Order: sequence, then C-alpha cells, then structure tokens
Amino acid sequence: MTAQPLLDVNDLTVEFTTRRGIVKAVQHVNISVAKGETLGIVGESGSGKSVTSYAVMRILDRAGRIAEGSVMFSGIDVKAASESEMRDLRGREISMIFQNPRAALNPIRKVGDQIEDVLRQHVQSAASDRGEKAIEALEQVKIARPRERYHAYPFELSGGMCQRVVIALALACNPQLLIADEPTTGLDVTTQKAVMDLIVELTKRRHMSTILITHDLGLAAAYCNRVVVMEKGRVVETAKSADIFARPEHPYTRKLMRATPRIGVSLRDLLPEEEAAVSPRAPTVMAGLDPAIHQSSEGMDPRVKPGGDDLAKSLLTVEKLVKEYPRQGASAVLSKLFSRKPPVETEVFRAVDGISFHVGRGESVGLVGESGCGKSTTSMMVMRLLDQTSGRIVFDGEEIGAIMPQAFARLPQRKSIQMVFQDPTDSLNPRFTAARAIADPIIQLGDIRGRDALRARCEKLADMVGLPINLLDRFPHQLSGGQKARVGIARAIALHPKLVILDEPTAALDVSVQAVVLNLLQDLKASMGMSYLFVSHDLNVVRLLCDRVIVMRAGRIVEQGSSERVLGDPQDAYTKELLTAIPHPPLPV
Amino acid sequence: MSSVAPAVEPTTPERTSGLAAMFEHVRYVLGENRVTAFAFCLLVIILFAAIFGPYIVPYDPLASDTAAALKPPSAAHWFGTDQLGRDIFSRVIVATRLDTFIAVASVALVFLMGGLAGIAAGYFGGWTDRIVGRIADTIMAFPLFVLAMGIVAALGNTVQNIIIATAIVNFPLYARVARAEANVRRNAGFVQAARLSGNGEARILLVHILPNIMPIMIVQMSLTMGYAILNAAGLSFIGLGVRPPTAEWGIMVAEGATFMVSGEWWIALFPGLALMIAVFCFNLLGDGLRDIVDPQRRT
Repeated sequence: MTAQPLLDVNDLTVEFTTRRGIVKAVQHVNISVAKGETLGIVGESGSGKSVTSYAVMRILDRAGRIAEGSVMFSGIDVKAASESEMRDLRGREISMIFQNPRAALNPIRKVGDQIEDVLRQHVQSAASDRGEKAIEALEQVKIARPRERYHAYPFELSGGMCQRVVIALALACNPQLLIADEPTTGLDVTTQKAVMDLIVELTKRRHMSTILITHDLGLAAAYCNRVVVMEKGRVVETAKSADIFARPEHPYTRKLMRATPRIGVSLRDLLPEEEAAVSPRAPTVMAGLDPAIHQSSEGMDPRVKPGGDDLAKSLLTVEKLVKEYPRQGASAVLSKLFSRKPPVETEVFRAVDGISFHVGRGESVGLVGESGCGKSTTSMMVMRLLDQTSGRIVFDGEEIGAIMPQAFARLPQRKSIQMVFQDPTDSLNPRFTAARAIADPIIQLGDIRGRDALRARCEKLADMVGLPINLLDRFPHQLSGGQKARVGIARAIALHPKLVILDEPTAALDVSVQAVVLNLLQDLKASMGMSYLFVSHDLNVVRLLCDRVIVMRAGRIVEQGSSERVLGDPQDAYTKELLTAIPHPPLPV
Repeated sequence: MSSVAPAVEPTTPERTSGLAAMFEHVRYVLGENRVTAFAFCLLVIILFAAIFGPYIVPYDPLASDTAAALKPPSAAHWFGTDQLGRDIFSRVIVATRLDTFIAVASVALVFLMGGLAGIAAGYFGGWTDRIVGRIADTIMAFPLFVLAMGIVAALGNTVQNIIIATAIVNFPLYARVARAEANVRRNAGFVQAARLSGNGEARILLVHILPNIMPIMIVQMSLTMGYAILNAAGLSFIGLGVRPPTAEWGIMVAEGATFMVSGEWWIALFPGLALMIAVFCFNLLGDGLRDIVDPQRRT
C-alpha cells in the first residue's frame, strides 16, 4: 500500500434517527483504498456496507448523519466539504454503480442523452463532440452497435445491457474511484461474469480504484485484491482475498464461508459448527406433528420411496407442455381497433416449448435456467395458476392440465400442490399476521375448525419450521427476511402437500440464513415425504438439495439427469457455460 | 433509498391488548404530527356538535322572535339573529348534524359503489374494467355540480337524493383510485399464495386485496368528505335539497347573502365559517388517518 491512500475512512460512525431513538448503522469503521486497488466489502444485509459507501459519497438520506470519524478522499475532507464541492466530486472523482440498473436509469430518456448529461454536468467536453464521446463510452462497455443503442430507451435493453449503460455513465468522466454496490445482484450468472469482467478490465486499464460491495464472498474473493468483512456495522476482518479463504481469522468470516454453497460439501456442512453438531431436526419434527396428520402421512407413506424413478409411479408427469403468448406489435393493436376482422398474422412467442419431465415421489428435482428460460412459467402451469396452451400435466395419476386455473382452487388436489414463493416479503399479505397467513390455507381447504384448534395447528407448524411462537402475532414488516421465509414455508406445508414447488426460495436471503432454510427444507422433505420441484438459477444450491436436475434454455430442456452427472460432467455446451460462470473462490484445503 | 435504512431489530413483543396498542399508536401519530392532532380536535368538536347539538343550544333553532330580528352578535345572541329573529348560533350548531350526516352517508355509499366497482375492475380487468371505466368517464364528462343539480332535480328534493347525487358525482374518484391500487396487487405474491390456499376470487378481492388498499381509500374518503359537505351546502344554497326552515349551513348562507348588502354580515358569515372549518378539518385529517391505518407505521 502506498503511503497516501486514495480514500481513507477513519473511525467512521454513522447514526440514523429513527422512531426508537438513534441507531448506529456503522460503528468505528476504518477502511482505506490505495490507488488502483480493488477492495471488496462483504457482509450480510444490515451489516452497514452500503451505508459506509453512502457516507463516502455523502448521499445518506435525511435521517442519517456522520457522527464521528473522518472520510478523506485524495486530500479532501468529505465530511467538511460544501454541498457544491461534493456535487463536483460525485460523478467526476467518485462514481457509483447501483444495484438495480433499471431503477438507476431514467426510463423516459434515451441512454445516450443520459450519458451526455453527466458529461455536461462536469464540463468534460464541448457541446459539439459530446455525442461522439457518449458513443465512445458505450463502445467501451462493449455494447454492440453503440450508434443505434445511443437512441435506445432503458426498457428496450436487457438487464445486463442496462448495467453496462450504468457502468458507461459511471466511467464517463474518468473518475478515480468507482463504488459498485451489488452490481450483479439480479443478473444471471453468465451476465454477472461478463459484467464483472468488464468492470475489472476497464478499471485496470484506467488505473482506477474500485470498491465492490457484495454479499457474495466468492464474488469478492474472485475479483478483489483485499476484502473487508463487515458485521452489524463493524469491520471484523480485513485481509488479502487469497488469505481470507486460506486463513479466516474472525468467527463471523468462518461462518460466512461455511454457509456459502460450494462443490464438495453437503447441506449440513453449511451450518455453523456448533449447530451442525446437533443431530438433524427430523425426529423432533415428527414429534411435532399431530396424530391425525401423522396417520395420513403414514397412510400415504408405504408408496413413498425416495428416488422411485419408475415413470408409472411418478408423482408428477409433464408431457409436451407448451405455453404460447401472442406477440402483439403496435400494428396488431391498430388493426384490432380499426377492423372487425381478426389480425391476419398471429405471431406467437413460445415461453415454454414442448417440455416433458417427471418428478418421482419423495424426489427433489431442480429446474435450472437463466431468466426468461420459461422455468417460472412451467412452475406456474404445474401449479395451476396459469393455463397451458397444450400438453398434459398428470399429477398423482390424474390429468390436471385440463382443469381451468379458476376451478382448480376448490378441488381436493389443490391441497396436494403448494408453493414457496421467491420473495418472502411480496408473498405475505401485509395486513395479515404470521399466524393468519399460515392459517389461511387451513381455513380454506383444511378440516380444522375452531379458533383454538387453528391456533394450536399454527403453533405446531411454526415449531416445525423453527419460527418462535411469540412471532406469530407479528405483521410481515416486523419480521426479518429469514423469518418471513419460514412463514412462507409453514404456509406451504400446512395442508401436508405431496408436491411443493420452491421458486428460488432463498434468492432474497443472506447466505447464513439460506444455509439454515435449505437444511430446514431438506429435513421437512425427509419427515413429511414430500416431493420438491426446485426452481432456481443458483447451481450450487441445486447441487446440494436436488436428486435430479433439469436445465432449461429458451423454453426447451437442454439437459436432464442426476445432479452429480449433470453438474459434474455436463454434456450440453450451455450447461458447461453456466457452470464456468459461477465465481470460484480460492477454496480452503 | 430505503435500502440505506439500518435494519432495526424488532423489539421484544409486549403483548398488549389490541385496543391498548391501537390507542398507543394513535397517540404516537398525533404526537408526531401537530397538524393532525389539531384536525382531530376539530373533528371531536364537530362530532360533539353533531351528536349533542340540539340538547345544548340556548335557543330553539326554529323559533322566530320578530322583536329581536336582525340583531348583531351580542352576549344574548353570540352570532346574532336573522331576519326572523332566530338565533344563528343555535342554528349553526344544530345544522352540524344534518350536514355531517349527509357527508358521511354519501361517502359511505360512494365507497361501497365506487370502491367495489373499482377493485373489481382492477382485479378482473377485461370487460369489468371497460364497463366501470366507461361509467366513470360518462360521469366525468359533466360538470360535477351541474350533474348533481340535475340528479336532485330529477329525483326530487329530499335529503336522501342529495346523498345519492353526491355519491354519484364522486364515483369516478373512488373507482379510479381503487382500480389502480387493485391492479398493481392483482399478481402480487400474496395474491398468488391466496389462490394456492384455495381462496375464491371474490374472497381474494374482499379479504386479501381490499384491506390492503384501505389506507389510500380512507385518505380519499376524508378528502371527499369535505367536498360532500360543500356539495350538499351548495345544492341547498341554490334551492335544491334541504328546504327552509330546516337549519342547514348552505340555506343559511343563501338566506344571509341577501342581507350582506345592507350590512347584516353575521347571517352569512357564521354558517360559512362553520362550513369552512368542517371542510378544512376533513382535509387535514386525511393524512393523519393514513398514518394510523397503514400497518407499516404500526411498529
């Protein structure tokens, strides 16, 4: 490290004034970034990693303020600088890439104009060649046909392209420091790799410093020189990224590393050492079931043999499933408005293009693919929330594909197919308490009547998913992400379903919470004899939880087989590409 | 910038009873927001006058006393007397009940009609949406007060018809707000989850979606409450609706207006002030109410 770091954060404390008094989001944090260095700040949600970067840019919202410490950026005291000095600094000297590229771009302005705005703001070029400069900036982030894209609106570009535009914006004025706040969250793995490679390449070439804020230890280790680990507003460890994996010193770092899904470990290995030592939850889970449910599960159990691959005995069989959406252009709408005839050209978009697969009893099958590959559409059709265009869905020996989604809600099969949603916050009614949310399916379809019986059942379910009983009367916004996920799982298993569709159930969770939730799902499956259809883009998670994997691309299945075979020895080029795109941290031996 | 907010650990739950917690919450919201607290005080006064008005006023609001006609405000008659010698203070207080009743009834009616039609339109889309949308457009195509006049003139000059007219005039506001709010929630995760739980469409609409759009509807109700009072008074002012000698702010302003020229300002001023305060109160209340019903604030 050079004697004079570019950015020097010294003993920084940031306070937020809230309804319950002052909360210290960041406490006594020391961070320094040398010129040309890439620093990773790693931590789970609420660790204060974003707040630290906002303090550096001085863009904390009104309730927050820098209480103690100093932030020095190449000789300028950020804490004392005037607002106009800061405006000058932001964008020209320090710039930032935000998490959601679509939200960071103005939706009603062309991307080229937005880049020109930054140039104009910081007087980086004469009006005459501003357009050329903007095109050049687009070229540098490797956007194909930059002259055309200059006139594109953000909604016309894909997520990865938008992130490239945001990078172009951030780098337009050749800043000295780039802060990237979760730049690839929400992007597919292959896009993530492309975007990260681009950031690293561009910053290296310009000899810029970068702060990469992420929750993904693997990503940080793969792309950063040094890594800072934060927990609850404090820095717990700072080390070279090669060292941090080889010799993690702080217990929290070790816990994070353990929880990160990777090759060569089992689900149990993800849990912290002390918890993993405890015997699996399964026996206590069984004890928690009331007798009636227990019996019914036994009545069904004799046929349940995990991994029963026999097609005849499989729980769910999907044959040649197709979902088409009409692709309506402006001309189609106009012709519909002005002529009574149906539009002549009926161009359709096949979201799901004739796929066939099966799920055995007690088996968990992973459905993997990048966004837009049709995996969610498939799960929605199996779930009977969406009508298919053609094809058969046979569940438990009965054809359910012909039943209209509206009619399905009242059929007995509804109880047998349940789902855990991707976003635990969005999937809980904000006005229902946790207990009411869990009870909802029981009230509608179950046979438990009476307030006390319902409450008892809810408490049992909460116990099964490891949700403290005293949290049952809280509203979703009073629960943490992991607790909300547990409520969602409790609701899904409340009716003792045979098939549970898990739609990226851990995508919105921190790694340590993810580890616990994945283990919980595994235990529940073992004790209740359910089958899982696990929809995910995270191959490492799928590897841990699933017996078989189906890889989808553009509405078709490109490869399917046992997890070991598909992920260990992929045959299809696309599967290989997916696997290599996962950031591989230097693993401890 | 919500992601910047520090993750506040939920405090240990003190299991207070629902009513006490609600009271605590209302107290907090009022303490935070002085304007809302002021509006609440006004509301309490208005409600008190509406309920107990006839029992506390010093004079019979209908009794005329020609000897004391057109007297300016004095110790005996705080707001003065009108051309028939009736006590204006008593009449203003007693009128509160009728005016508030008309407003509350019409707002309740329009909430039922417009709110339900709106969420159905937003949730089901398609033909339901088109029909509700066109009805709203048709109503909006008329100058609203003229439409209200037309309805009362056609249906007859009664309090009931003023309520119906006011409700119809406000229909588009409710239908549109409810439609927009229901529309964004129609494919929300919790609605999908409700479908999986076996909830029928009607139940999803009423049990899952309606409570979630209540905060915004309540703000809407409070705002239109002021408008409903004005509308009712306006109809009475031009001679439609409530008939003299009933005490009603609109009629009183109308009666007083003719005396303004000759210098008897108090006849129109005081009922006008009462009208203004009532409208003012309900408008201010809107924001405060939203804070109270919004569960996000109930931490």
